[in-house]
Amino acid sequence: MSNPQSPPKKLTLKENYALLTRGLGWEPSYEAQDDIFPMVKFEGIKIHDWEKWEDPFRLTMDAYWKYQGEKERKLYAIIDAFQQNNGQFNVSDARYLQALKVFITGVTGLEYASHRGFNILGREFPGVGPRIAAQMQSIDELRHAQTQIHALSHYNKYFAGMSEFPHMFDRTWYLSIPKSFFEDAVTSGPFEFITAISFAFEYVLTNLVFMPWMSGAAYNGDMSTVSFGFSAQSDEARHMTLGIEVIKFLLEQDPANVPIVQGWIDKWFWRGYRLLTLLAAMMDYMLPKRVMAWKEAWEIYFEQNGGALFADLARYGIRMPKYWEVTVKEKSHVSHQLWCIFYQFRHAAGFPVWLPSEEEMTWLSAQYPDTFDKYYRPRYEHWRELERQGKPFVNATLPQLCQTCQWPLLFTEPDDPTQICYRETTYRGDKFHFCSDGCKDIFCDAPEKYVHAHLPVHQIYQGTYFNAGVNPGAPDFNPLVEALKYMGINPGVDGGDFATHVDAINWTRWTNKPANMHEPGAQGLGAAPKDKVG
Amino acid sequence: MSTNQQPVFIALQANNDTLPIIEAIQSDNPLAVVHEYPAMVKIDAPGRLVIKRTSIEERIGRAFDLREIQINLISLSGELDETEDEITLQWRDIP
Amino acid sequence: MTVEIRVQTVKPVRNTFGHIARRFGDKPASRYQEATYDLQSEVNFHYKPLWDPDRDLYDRRRTAITMRDWYALRDPRQYYYGSYTMARARQQEAADRQMDFAEKRELLRSLPEATQRAIVFGLVPLRHYEWGANMNLCYIAAYGYGTAITQAAMMSTMDRLGMAQHLSRIGLLVDGNSGASLAEAKKFWMDHAAWQPLRREVERLFVTRDWFELLVAQALVADGLLYPLFYQRIETYLSRGQGPGLATVIDPLMRWYEETAKWVDAVIKPVIAENTHNRDYVMGWAEKWRGAFLSALTPLAEATMGPDGAVALKDVNAELGARLAKL
Repeated sequence: MSNPQSPPKKLTLKENYALLTRGLGWEPSYEAQDDIFPMVKFEGIKIHDWEKWEDPFRLTMDAYWKYQGEKERKLYAIIDAFQQNNGQFNVSDARYLQALKVFITGVTGLEYASHRGFNILGREFPGVGPRIAAQMQSIDELRHAQTQIHALSHYNKYFAGMSEFPHMFDRTWYLSIPKSFFEDAVTSGPFEFITAISFAFEYVLTNLVFMPWMSGAAYNGDMSTVSFGFSAQSDEARHMTLGIEVIKFLLEQDPANVPIVQGWIDKWFWRGYRLLTLLAAMMDYMLPKRVMAWKEAWEIYFEQNGGALFADLARYGIRMPKYWEVTVKEKSHVSHQLWCIFYQFRHAAGFPVWLPSEEEMTWLSAQYPDTFDKYYRPRYEHWRELERQGKPFVNATLPQLCQTCQWPLLFTEPDDPTQICYRETTYRGDKFHFCSDGCKDIFCDAPEKYVHAHLPVHQIYQGTYFNAGVNPGAPDFNPLVEALKYMGINPGVDGGDFATHVDAINWTRWTNKPANMHEPGAQGLGAAPKDKVG
Repeated sequence: MSTNQQPVFIALQANNDTLPIIEAIQSDNPLAVVHEYPAMVKIDAPGRLVIKRTSIEERIGRAFDLREIQINLISLSGELDETEDEITLQWRDIP
Repeated sequence: MTVEIRVQTVKPVRNTFGHIARRFGDKPASRYQEATYDLQSEVNFHYKPLWDPDRDLYDRRRTAITMRDWYALRDPRQYYYGSYTMARARQQEAADRQMDFAEKRELLRSLPEATQRAIVFGLVPLRHYEWGANMNLCYIAAYGYGTAITQAAMMSTMDRLGMAQHLSRIGLLVDGNSGASLAEAKKFWMDHAAWQPLRREVERLFVTRDWFELLVAQALVADGLLYPLFYQRIETYLSRGQGPGLATVIDPLMRWYEETAKWVDAVIKPVIAENTHNRDYVMGWAEKWRGAFLSALTPLAEATMGPDGAVALKDVNAELGARLAKL
């Protein structure tokens, strides 16, 4: 064996990683490769040499545990301190808390689904390198789901609308948007999944979720969330490098892969972009202290950053994603259009909604000089007037949902913001509706997949949205109230107007600060204080 | 050496631990621009950004493993290459 | 918990999330509870998986086992991501100290040539067994039902990679970082007659489709025989008269195994207790795979321990039998 006299060779990081990792796998002899890895051919992707996979971060397990353990130690120390000091009372105002509800009900489920999706890749990819990368990402996503729950746990003890987050994720009408997004990814094949999530979502779009959002949390005094966010984002750096590595690997393995991958990039850029509309409204309307406008974030993180990325990929024959120009046209509109929808349907939301104040509309005007005063201020001023008259506007019907992205059809034509964008197609005798060309194309490329989608509004109309033990034939059966209960929303409590909401009342009582810093006198207008809890 | 000047960036948590790292990056990357945000520092550079272990060690007063950056890292863009001595972010040339 | 704000006291409105309170009552919950229970979707799936169109995304039917509540498979270690990584980081620090000491003092390189060869033949190839176990635990994490079992399976998946890398480091301690031991060990794994029956069984596990059967086969039976055989009996045999150098570097593997066995037993017990259908399946699988792995390990026991091998294998098999009887 080796000569004890000569000292052991000193290994570089790369050499150490290669020795500890490469060569762990082997060509099977006793069972067929295709039986061991049955999932990697059906998508038409051709891989000739899995060994060509480059591991950019080269983390051995001992290093993973060491650095992740260190991050967790620091993060939980902050979460503990936050809880001990009741940090939830230090945020800017109680409207900020409503954004957290969207986070725990909408985003936590995504992290968990992502974890499960990477579990599959961690087993089904034939190469050691990609399998390990997927496994590490899987457990990172579990980390995100769980640290989010823990970071927000203390808020749940004091404020409404968070307590039923997993129940809501599976049933609430606006949460079918994130649920269907990730279920679409995980039910796809492994190569589509990794293109969709590691590349399109984690690389192209993730900065839009975390960077401005976590800065927003910091601006609004939410130490728990900002700590979670920045700590999670460091994992994202590894995920992003996986995303760019995987896309290059697929494109370099065989030219036949290029058009397949381009198709997936087109689909998942569009689905991811639609999902992020939720963020647009949160940034522009729900943060009492705003960091930047959605428009600006889109310009920095997609138009500039994304532009650089796709310039780099052009050498493989990859172009910018289909309909990217639409996203640029929409950037001055989507956040306002979405907030208008939530305002109209606030009685059916899991959180209360409010109209922007004069001061906030001044900011919105400045950020959106071409669109806000022309298209959206007049609406808010009209609704404000109706509120003053004691006739607040509520939309009494249910919104038509897009079959693909499951948003209400609230988006307007890219070149005409006065016209709602309607698209439709007929498939096997049924008519399907879409919010955009992007969503219609996704459906038409794989209609058999999308016909199964569970659209909550359709389910309400079909009469399936009520809890076990409730009698729909009873004379006092109220389908909307029962649908809300089914969704995990407390009718008349969780949603509605912010000023009279239990969170606003409690906030003022507990902190002696205004629930809405932009309208300090507004609380409890005409309403009795809410002693009822939960 | 790539001539691609598309921007790359690294974003770090703004805390005591990252002060020497940020200084080292500024010192080794004369074209880099530092932006400060709440709880975060974002450093942009045209085309390429390099982080050198020795530059950090000079400022920190102890041995430093570049992998420790992961503890405070928030995000990055560009293609990453990592050795014991340097982390480099850059975009490769467009052919 | 209460807090003073001026003269007011602010009591929490609720102590935990609704789904946790329905299970455990309206009292403060542990981090494990809040991170685990009811996190996986169970209804209203949107699409059929392209890779399994007859089933749903998460589907109870992927195993013959039936449970009213899959969250009965709770982890006695209460590992959620944070407690898991912090525990492993601490354990790894201790293991690194042992490995650094072994390297500095050349504990393995100074062993007799024959012992070094025996380590490379008899222990280092197990890095491939661990990689196989990584694949199998990952299958369980991928297709299992409920967060309780799948998160623990994913953590165990990463553990197996850690064990594989630890065994690789043992090889490097023998060959002075040249990597020659790893190349040799792989040849044994791929070609040596004594290793083929085990490799065959590992590959059979790769095509086992019932995820709970795979858990029984890999984590209960295969590990239950192999770990005590190799890391106690064979290690002791190889180390006789040589001092504790080998035991020092093998120790982390046995400690990990003992911790993990607690989890394995704790998730199999409620499954057996649930109904006789489950019990019959689990016991049937255990006996089937026990027979298979006993056969597979026989030539290895002999090749590493000579005539003492058969006795060692008989002993560890009896220990496994006692463990199975307690479930």
